[in-house]
Amino acid sequence: MSKPIVATTSLAGCFGCHMSLLDIDERILDLIELVEFNKSPIDDIKTFTKQCDIGIIEGGCCNSENVHVLKEFRKNCKILVSVGECAIMGGLPAMRNNNAPISECLEEAYLNCVSVQANDEKIIPNDEELPMILDRVYPCHEIVKIDYFLPGCAPRADLIWNALVALVTGNEMDLPYEVIKFD
Amino acid sequence: MSKILININGKDYSAEPGKMVLDIAKEVGIYIPTLCHYEGIKPQGSCRICTCKIDGRNMTVCTTPATHRMVIETNTEELEKIRATIVELLFAEGNHFCPACERSGNCELQALAYRYKMMVPQFPYIFPAKDIDAKNPKIMIDHNRCILCKRCIRRKQEPENPSWFVFKDRGNKVQINLDHELTADFDDELAQKAMDTCPVGAIIRKEKGFDVPIGSRKYDKNPIGSDIENQGVTL
Repeated sequence: MSKPIVATTSLAGCFGCHMSLLDIDERILDLIELVEFNKSPIDDIKTFTKQCDIGIIEGGCCNSENVHVLKEFRKNCKILVSVGECAIMGGLPAMRNNNAPISECLEEAYLNCVSVQANDEKIIPNDEELPMILDRVYPCHEIVKIDYFLPGCAPRADLIWNALVALVTGNEMDLPYEVIKFD
Repeated sequence: MSKILININGKDYSAEPGKMVLDIAKEVGIYIPTLCHYEGIKPQGSCRICTCKIDGRNMTVCTTPATHRMVIETNTEELEKIRATIVELLFAEGNHFCPACERSGNCELQALAYRYKMMVPQFPYIFPAKDIDAKNPKIMIDHNRCILCKRCIRRKQEPENPSWFVFKDRGNKVQINLDHELTADFDDELAQKAMDTCPVGAIIRKEKGFDVPIGSRKYDKNPIGSDIENQGVTL
Protein backbone atom coordinates (compact mmCIF):
# COMPACT_ATOMS: atom_id res chain seq x y z
CA MET A 1 0.00 0.00 0.00
CA SER A 2 1.34 3.44 -0.86
CA LYS A 3 1.84 5.99 1.85
CA PRO A 4 -0.95 8.46 2.65
CA ILE A 5 -0.25 11.87 1.12
CA VAL A 6 -0.37 15.00 3.28
CA ALA A 7 -0.67 18.61 2.12
CA THR A 8 -0.43 21.62 4.42
CA THR A 9 -0.98 25.34 4.07
CA SER A 10 -1.00 28.51 6.13
CA LEU A 11 -3.82 30.91 5.25
CA ALA A 12 -4.36 33.90 7.56
CA GLY A 13 -2.06 32.39 10.15
CA CYS A 14 1.38 33.02 11.59
CA PHE A 15 3.02 29.67 10.74
CA GLY A 16 2.98 28.88 14.46
CA CYS A 17 0.92 25.76 13.82
CA HIS A 18 3.47 24.55 11.26
CA MET A 19 6.14 25.20 13.88
CA SER A 20 4.14 23.12 16.31
CA LEU A 21 4.03 20.31 13.73
CA LEU A 22 7.84 20.42 13.67
CA ASP A 23 7.74 20.32 17.47
CA ILE A 24 7.08 16.57 17.31
CA ASP A 25 10.88 16.36 17.55
CA GLU A 26 12.43 13.02 16.58
CA ARG A 27 9.01 11.64 15.69
CA ILE A 28 9.39 13.62 12.47
CA LEU A 29 11.53 10.70 11.26
CA ASP A 30 8.61 8.36 11.89
CA LEU A 31 6.31 10.82 10.15
CA ILE A 32 8.41 10.72 7.00
CA GLU A 33 8.15 6.92 7.12
CA LEU A 34 4.38 7.11 7.61
CA VAL A 35 3.36 9.73 5.06
CA GLU A 36 4.40 11.51 1.90
CA PHE A 37 4.13 15.31 1.66
CA ASN A 38 2.70 17.09 -1.35
CA LYS A 39 1.78 20.81 -1.57
CA SER A 40 3.20 22.28 1.60
CA PRO A 41 5.54 25.03 2.79
CA ILE A 42 7.56 22.23 4.43
CA ASP A 43 8.77 20.80 1.09
CA ASP A 44 8.02 23.97 -0.92
CA ILE A 45 5.76 22.25 -3.44
CA LYS A 46 3.60 25.14 -4.63
CA THR A 47 0.77 23.38 -6.47
CA PHE A 48 -0.95 20.04 -6.06
CA THR A 49 0.72 17.39 -8.22
CA LYS A 50 -1.66 14.60 -7.18
CA GLN A 51 -4.73 13.85 -5.09
CA CYS A 52 -3.95 13.98 -1.38
CA ASP A 53 -5.42 12.14 1.57
CA ILE A 54 -5.03 14.64 4.37
CA GLY A 55 -5.02 18.44 4.09
CA ILE A 56 -3.85 20.40 7.11
CA ILE A 57 -5.16 23.96 7.20
CA GLU A 58 -3.64 26.64 9.38
CA GLY A 59 -5.26 30.08 9.60
CA GLY A 60 -8.66 31.46 8.66
CA CYS A 61 -9.74 33.23 5.49
CA CYS A 62 -9.08 36.98 5.41
CA ASN A 63 -8.71 37.53 1.65
CA SER A 64 -9.71 36.09 -1.73
CA GLU A 65 -6.43 34.18 -2.08
CA ASN A 66 -7.09 32.33 1.19
CA VAL A 67 -10.53 31.32 -0.08
CA HIS A 68 -9.03 30.16 -3.38
CA VAL A 69 -6.35 28.05 -1.68
CA LEU A 70 -8.85 26.59 0.76
CA LYS A 71 -11.18 25.55 -2.07
CA GLU A 72 -8.22 23.99 -3.89
CA PHE A 73 -7.48 21.99 -0.77
CA ARG A 74 -11.07 20.82 -0.54
CA LYS A 75 -10.93 19.69 -4.15
CA ASN A 76 -7.60 17.88 -3.81
CA CYS A 77 -7.78 16.37 -0.31
CA LYS A 78 -10.02 13.63 1.00
CA ILE A 79 -9.86 14.85 4.59
CA LEU A 80 -9.39 18.44 5.72
CA VAL A 81 -8.21 19.25 9.23
CA SER A 82 -8.51 22.76 10.68
CA VAL A 83 -5.46 23.24 12.86
CA GLY A 84 -5.30 26.05 15.41
CA GLU A 85 -7.55 28.81 16.67
CA CYS A 86 -7.24 30.93 13.49
CA ALA A 87 -8.54 28.15 11.25
CA ILE A 88 -11.25 27.29 13.76
CA MET A 89 -12.56 30.72 14.73
CA GLY A 90 -10.48 33.32 12.87
CA GLY A 91 -8.13 33.89 15.79
CA LEU A 92 -6.13 37.07 16.13
CA PRO A 93 -6.92 38.36 12.60
CA ALA A 94 -10.63 38.00 13.44
CA MET A 95 -10.28 40.64 16.12
CA ARG A 96 -11.26 43.07 13.37
CA ASN A 97 -14.58 41.26 12.93
CA ASN A 98 -16.44 42.57 15.90
CA ASN A 99 -16.10 46.31 15.70
CA ALA A 100 -14.69 48.18 12.74
CA PRO A 101 -15.89 47.86 9.15
CA ILE A 102 -13.10 46.93 6.72
CA SER A 103 -12.82 50.50 5.38
CA GLU A 104 -11.94 51.74 8.86
CA CYS A 105 -9.32 49.00 9.28
CA LEU A 106 -7.64 49.93 5.98
CA GLU A 107 -7.75 53.67 6.74
CA GLU A 108 -6.23 53.06 10.15
CA ALA A 109 -3.49 50.85 8.72
CA TYR A 110 -2.52 52.98 5.70
CA LEU A 111 -3.69 56.55 6.39
CA ASN A 112 -4.40 57.47 10.00
CA CYS A 113 -2.09 55.39 12.14
CA VAL A 114 0.64 57.36 13.97
CA SER A 115 3.31 55.16 12.43
CA VAL A 116 2.23 55.95 8.84
CA GLN A 117 4.96 58.25 7.47
CA ALA A 118 5.52 58.07 3.72
CA ASN A 119 2.03 57.95 2.25
CA ASP A 120 1.47 61.56 1.13
CA GLU A 121 -0.75 60.50 -1.77
CA LYS A 122 -2.99 58.71 0.72
CA ILE A 123 -3.01 55.42 -1.15
CA ILE A 124 -4.63 52.30 0.18
CA PRO A 125 -2.95 49.41 -1.70
CA ASN A 126 -5.24 48.57 -4.63
CA ASP A 127 -3.07 46.84 -7.23
CA GLU A 128 -5.11 44.22 -9.05
CA GLU A 129 -2.36 41.69 -8.38
CA LEU A 130 -3.19 41.91 -4.68
CA PRO A 131 -5.84 39.58 -3.29
CA MET A 132 -9.02 41.35 -2.23
CA ILE A 133 -9.43 41.58 1.51
CA LEU A 134 -12.72 40.14 2.80
CA ASP A 135 -15.32 42.04 4.81
CA ARG A 136 -14.39 39.95 7.83
CA VAL A 137 -12.19 36.98 8.69
CA TYR A 138 -13.99 33.69 8.20
CA PRO A 139 -13.31 30.43 10.01
CA CYS A 140 -12.41 27.75 7.43
CA HIS A 141 -15.53 25.67 8.13
CA GLU A 142 -17.71 28.60 7.10
CA ILE A 143 -16.15 28.47 3.60
CA VAL A 144 -15.77 24.71 2.91
CA LYS A 145 -16.56 21.52 4.78
CA ILE A 146 -13.88 20.72 7.34
CA ASP A 147 -13.72 17.19 8.69
CA TYR A 148 -11.69 17.55 11.88
CA PHE A 149 -10.66 20.35 14.22
CA LEU A 150 -7.55 20.59 16.38
CA PRO A 151 -7.71 23.62 18.70
CA GLY A 152 -4.78 25.43 20.24
CA CYS A 153 -2.58 28.42 19.66
CA ALA A 154 -0.57 26.65 18.55
CA PRO A 155 -2.07 23.15 18.98
CA ARG A 156 0.23 21.03 21.12
CA ALA A 157 2.61 18.94 19.03
CA ASP A 158 1.22 15.84 20.73
CA LEU A 159 -2.29 16.73 19.61
CA ILE A 160 -1.22 17.09 15.97
CA TRP A 161 0.84 13.91 16.19
CA ASN A 162 -1.95 11.89 17.83
CA ALA A 163 -4.43 13.12 15.22
CA LEU A 164 -2.16 12.31 12.30
CA VAL A 165 -1.35 8.87 13.66
CA ALA A 166 -5.05 8.17 14.24
CA LEU A 167 -5.92 9.28 10.71
CA VAL A 168 -3.13 7.27 9.10
CA THR A 169 -3.58 4.10 11.14
CA GLY A 170 -7.35 4.28 11.38
CA ASN A 171 -7.30 3.83 15.14
CA GLU A 172 -9.25 5.95 17.59
CA MET A 173 -7.48 9.16 18.54
CA ASP A 174 -5.70 9.38 21.87
CA LEU A 175 -6.99 12.57 23.52
CA PRO A 176 -5.50 13.16 26.98
CA TYR A 177 -6.73 16.23 28.88
CA GLU A 178 -3.43 18.10 28.61
CA VAL A 179 -3.40 18.28 24.81
CA ILE A 180 -6.66 20.17 24.26
CA LYS A 181 -5.82 23.80 24.96
CA PHE A 182 -7.07 26.97 23.31
CA ASP A 183 -3.87 28.97 23.84
CA MET B 1 -34.45 18.90 62.11
CA SER B 2 -33.87 15.32 61.12
CA LYS B 3 -31.92 14.40 58.05
CA ILE B 4 -33.54 13.41 54.78
CA LEU B 5 -32.58 10.75 52.28
CA ILE B 6 -31.76 11.61 48.67
CA ASN B 7 -30.57 9.47 45.81
CA ILE B 8 -27.82 10.77 43.53
CA ASN B 9 -26.81 8.63 40.54
CA GLY B 10 -28.30 5.53 42.10
CA LYS B 11 -26.67 5.92 45.51
CA ASP B 12 -28.45 7.01 48.70
CA TYR B 13 -27.13 9.87 50.78
CA SER B 14 -28.48 11.48 53.93
CA ALA B 15 -28.60 15.24 53.76
CA GLU B 16 -29.92 18.29 55.53
CA PRO B 17 -33.37 19.25 54.25
CA GLY B 18 -33.50 22.52 52.35
CA LYS B 19 -29.86 22.45 51.38
CA MET B 20 -29.27 23.01 47.66
CA VAL B 21 -28.69 19.82 45.70
CA LEU B 22 -25.52 21.32 44.21
CA ASP B 23 -23.96 21.76 47.65
CA ILE B 24 -24.90 18.26 48.77
CA ALA B 25 -23.42 16.75 45.61
CA LYS B 26 -20.23 18.70 46.16
CA GLU B 27 -19.94 17.42 49.73
CA VAL B 28 -20.17 13.82 48.59
CA GLY B 29 -17.62 14.27 45.84
CA ILE B 30 -19.93 14.60 42.84
CA TYR B 31 -19.01 17.48 40.57
CA ILE B 32 -21.79 19.35 38.81
CA PRO B 33 -20.48 22.17 36.59
CA THR B 34 -21.49 25.74 37.39
CA LEU B 35 -20.88 29.12 35.80
CA CYS B 36 -23.31 31.68 37.19
CA HIS B 37 -23.06 30.19 40.67
CA TYR B 38 -20.48 31.54 43.10
CA GLU B 39 -20.10 30.24 46.61
CA GLY B 40 -21.50 32.68 49.15
CA ILE B 41 -23.88 34.56 46.87
CA LYS B 42 -27.53 33.80 46.33
CA PRO B 43 -27.89 31.36 43.42
CA GLN B 44 -29.85 32.53 40.41
CA GLY B 45 -29.87 29.53 38.05
CA SER B 46 -29.48 31.52 34.86
CA CYS B 47 -26.64 29.77 33.02
CA ARG B 48 -28.40 26.35 33.15
CA ILE B 49 -25.09 24.49 33.04
CA CYS B 50 -25.82 22.75 36.36
CA THR B 51 -29.02 21.27 34.93
CA CYS B 52 -29.65 17.79 36.33
CA LYS B 53 -32.52 15.36 36.10
CA ILE B 54 -34.50 15.61 39.35
CA ASP B 55 -37.37 13.15 39.65
CA GLY B 56 -37.47 12.99 35.86
CA ARG B 57 -37.41 16.74 35.21
CA ASN B 58 -34.49 18.89 34.10
CA MET B 59 -33.79 21.44 36.84
CA THR B 60 -30.91 23.67 37.88
CA VAL B 61 -29.47 22.13 41.03
CA CYS B 62 -27.96 25.38 42.31
CA THR B 63 -31.49 26.68 42.99
CA THR B 64 -33.23 23.44 43.96
CA PRO B 65 -33.40 22.57 47.67
CA ALA B 66 -33.22 18.90 48.50
CA THR B 67 -36.36 17.12 49.65
CA HIS B 68 -36.90 13.66 51.09
CA ARG B 69 -36.64 10.78 48.58
CA MET B 70 -35.54 13.06 45.76
CA VAL B 71 -33.94 11.13 42.88
CA ILE B 72 -31.18 13.00 41.04
CA GLU B 73 -29.17 12.10 37.97
CA THR B 74 -26.17 14.35 37.42
CA ASN B 75 -24.18 12.93 34.54
CA THR B 76 -26.33 11.15 31.97
CA GLU B 77 -25.31 11.38 28.34
CA GLU B 78 -28.26 13.66 27.66
CA LEU B 79 -27.25 16.09 30.42
CA GLU B 80 -23.60 16.14 29.37
CA LYS B 81 -24.73 16.93 25.82
CA ILE B 82 -26.90 19.81 27.05
CA ARG B 83 -23.97 21.21 29.03
CA ALA B 84 -21.53 20.91 26.15
CA THR B 85 -24.07 22.71 23.95
CA ILE B 86 -24.42 25.55 26.46
CA VAL B 87 -20.64 25.98 26.45
CA GLU B 88 -20.60 26.00 22.64
CA LEU B 89 -23.38 28.61 22.56
CA LEU B 90 -21.42 30.85 24.92
CA PHE B 91 -18.31 30.56 22.76
CA ALA B 92 -20.25 31.35 19.58
CA GLU B 93 -22.13 34.23 21.18
CA GLY B 94 -19.17 36.25 22.51
CA ASN B 95 -15.74 37.16 21.20
CA HIS B 96 -13.64 34.66 23.09
CA PHE B 97 -10.11 35.02 21.76
CA CYS B 98 -8.48 32.62 24.22
CA PRO B 99 -4.88 33.01 22.96
CA ALA B 100 -5.00 36.76 23.69
CA CYS B 101 -6.81 36.58 27.04
CA GLU B 102 -5.13 37.20 30.41
CA ARG B 103 -7.51 34.74 32.03
CA SER B 104 -6.65 31.86 29.69
CA GLY B 105 -5.80 28.77 31.72
CA ASN B 106 -7.69 30.10 34.74
CA CYS B 107 -11.01 30.66 32.96
CA GLU B 108 -14.04 28.64 34.03
CA LEU B 109 -15.72 28.79 30.63
CA GLN B 110 -12.56 27.61 28.88
CA ALA B 111 -12.07 24.90 31.51
CA LEU B 112 -15.58 23.60 30.84
CA ALA B 113 -14.84 23.55 27.12
CA TYR B 114 -11.72 21.48 27.89
CA ARG B 115 -13.75 19.17 30.11
CA TYR B 116 -16.29 18.58 27.36
CA LYS B 117 -13.52 18.31 24.73
CA MET B 118 -14.99 21.09 22.61
CA MET B 119 -12.97 21.19 19.38
CA VAL B 120 -15.21 23.73 17.66
CA PRO B 121 -18.67 25.11 18.50
CA GLN B 122 -21.40 23.62 16.31
CA PHE B 123 -22.88 27.12 15.93
CA PRO B 124 -21.63 29.94 13.67
CA TYR B 125 -19.67 32.67 15.41
CA ILE B 126 -21.63 35.89 15.79
CA PHE B 127 -18.71 38.28 16.41
CA PRO B 128 -20.94 40.84 18.17
CA ALA B 129 -19.75 44.44 18.38
CA LYS B 130 -18.52 44.97 21.95
CA ASP B 131 -16.46 47.61 23.72
CA ILE B 132 -13.77 47.67 26.34
CA ASP B 133 -14.14 49.96 29.35
CA ALA B 134 -10.69 50.85 30.68
CA LYS B 135 -11.54 54.08 32.50
CA ASN B 136 -10.93 52.71 35.98
CA PRO B 137 -7.26 52.94 37.02
CA LYS B 138 -7.23 49.44 38.52
CA ILE B 139 -9.59 47.26 36.53
CA MET B 140 -10.66 46.86 32.94
CA ILE B 141 -14.02 45.56 31.69
CA ASP B 142 -13.84 43.62 28.43
CA HIS B 143 -17.41 43.10 27.25
CA ASN B 144 -16.20 40.78 24.47
CA ARG B 145 -15.55 38.09 27.04
CA CYS B 146 -18.52 38.65 29.35
CA ILE B 147 -21.00 35.78 29.61
CA LEU B 148 -23.52 37.86 31.61
CA CYS B 149 -23.54 35.50 34.58
CA LYS B 150 -24.20 38.50 36.83
CA ARG B 151 -21.81 37.21 39.49
CA CYS B 152 -20.09 40.60 39.76
CA ILE B 153 -23.45 42.32 40.24
CA ARG B 154 -24.81 39.84 42.74
CA ARG B 155 -21.70 39.68 44.86
CA LYS B 156 -22.24 42.62 47.14
CA GLN B 157 -18.98 43.27 48.85
CA GLU B 158 -20.40 44.21 52.27
CA PRO B 159 -24.00 44.33 53.46
CA GLU B 160 -24.07 48.13 53.67
CA ASN B 161 -22.29 48.63 50.36
CA PRO B 162 -24.02 48.58 47.03
CA SER B 163 -22.67 46.47 44.18
CA TRP B 164 -19.87 47.87 42.01
CA PHE B 165 -21.56 46.64 38.87
CA VAL B 166 -25.00 47.00 37.27
CA PHE B 167 -26.73 45.67 34.16
CA LYS B 168 -27.27 48.24 31.42
CA ASP B 169 -29.73 47.92 28.50
CA ARG B 170 -31.91 44.94 27.66
CA GLY B 171 -32.01 41.89 25.42
CA ASN B 172 -28.92 41.17 23.35
CA LYS B 173 -27.58 44.65 24.13
CA VAL B 174 -27.36 44.00 27.85
CA GLN B 175 -23.94 44.51 29.39
CA ILE B 176 -22.33 44.89 32.78
CA ASN B 177 -21.42 48.41 33.76
CA LEU B 178 -18.91 49.52 36.37
CA ASP B 179 -19.88 52.24 38.85
CA HIS B 180 -16.95 54.57 38.24
CA GLU B 181 -17.69 56.79 41.24
CA LEU B 182 -17.79 53.90 43.71
CA THR B 183 -14.68 52.29 42.32
CA ALA B 184 -12.58 55.41 41.75
CA ASP B 185 -10.37 54.71 44.76
CA PHE B 186 -10.02 50.95 44.18
CA ASP B 187 -6.93 49.37 45.65
CA ASP B 188 -5.22 46.23 44.35
CA GLU B 189 -6.99 44.01 46.87
CA LEU B 190 -10.47 45.14 45.83
CA ALA B 191 -9.53 44.92 42.18
CA GLN B 192 -8.38 41.36 42.71
CA LYS B 193 -11.66 40.59 44.49
CA ALA B 194 -13.63 41.93 41.54
CA MET B 195 -11.52 39.91 39.11
CA ASP B 196 -11.86 36.71 41.14
CA THR B 197 -15.65 37.02 41.04
CA CYS B 198 -15.63 36.83 37.25
CA PRO B 199 -15.63 33.31 35.78
CA VAL B 200 -14.08 34.53 32.52
CA GLY B 201 -11.73 37.33 31.55
CA ALA B 202 -14.32 40.12 31.45
CA ILE B 203 -13.03 41.78 34.63
CA ILE B 204 -9.26 42.06 34.48
CA ARG B 205 -6.80 43.74 36.82
CA LYS B 206 -4.68 46.28 35.06
CA GLU B 207 -0.89 46.08 34.99
CA LYS B 208 -1.06 42.41 35.86
CA GLY B 209 -1.57 39.35 33.75
CA PHE B 210 0.19 36.39 32.18
CA ASP B 211 2.15 36.09 35.43
CA VAL B 212 1.63 32.33 35.76
CA PRO B 213 3.51 30.36 33.09
CA ILE B 214 1.68 27.99 30.75
CA GLY B 215 1.66 24.59 32.40
CA SER B 216 1.16 25.86 35.97
CA ARG B 217 -2.18 27.56 35.55
CA LYS B 218 -5.29 26.33 37.32
CA TYR B 219 -6.79 24.19 34.56
CA ASP B 220 -3.63 23.26 32.63
CA LYS B 221 -3.21 19.81 34.12
CA ASN B 222 -6.41 19.11 36.04
CA PRO B 223 -9.92 19.43 34.63
CA ILE B 224 -12.36 21.75 36.36
CA GLY B 225 -14.16 19.83 39.10
CA SER B 226 -11.41 17.26 39.57
CA ASP B 227 -10.74 18.69 43.06
CA ILE B 228 -14.34 17.83 44.03
CA GLU B 229 -14.30 14.44 42.35
CA ASN B 230 -11.03 13.45 43.98
CA GLN B 231 -11.95 14.35 47.55
CA GLY B 232 -13.77 11.03 48.03
CA VAL B 233 -15.79 12.04 51.10
CA THR B 234 -19.04 10.22 51.77
CA LEU B 235 -21.68 11.28 54.23
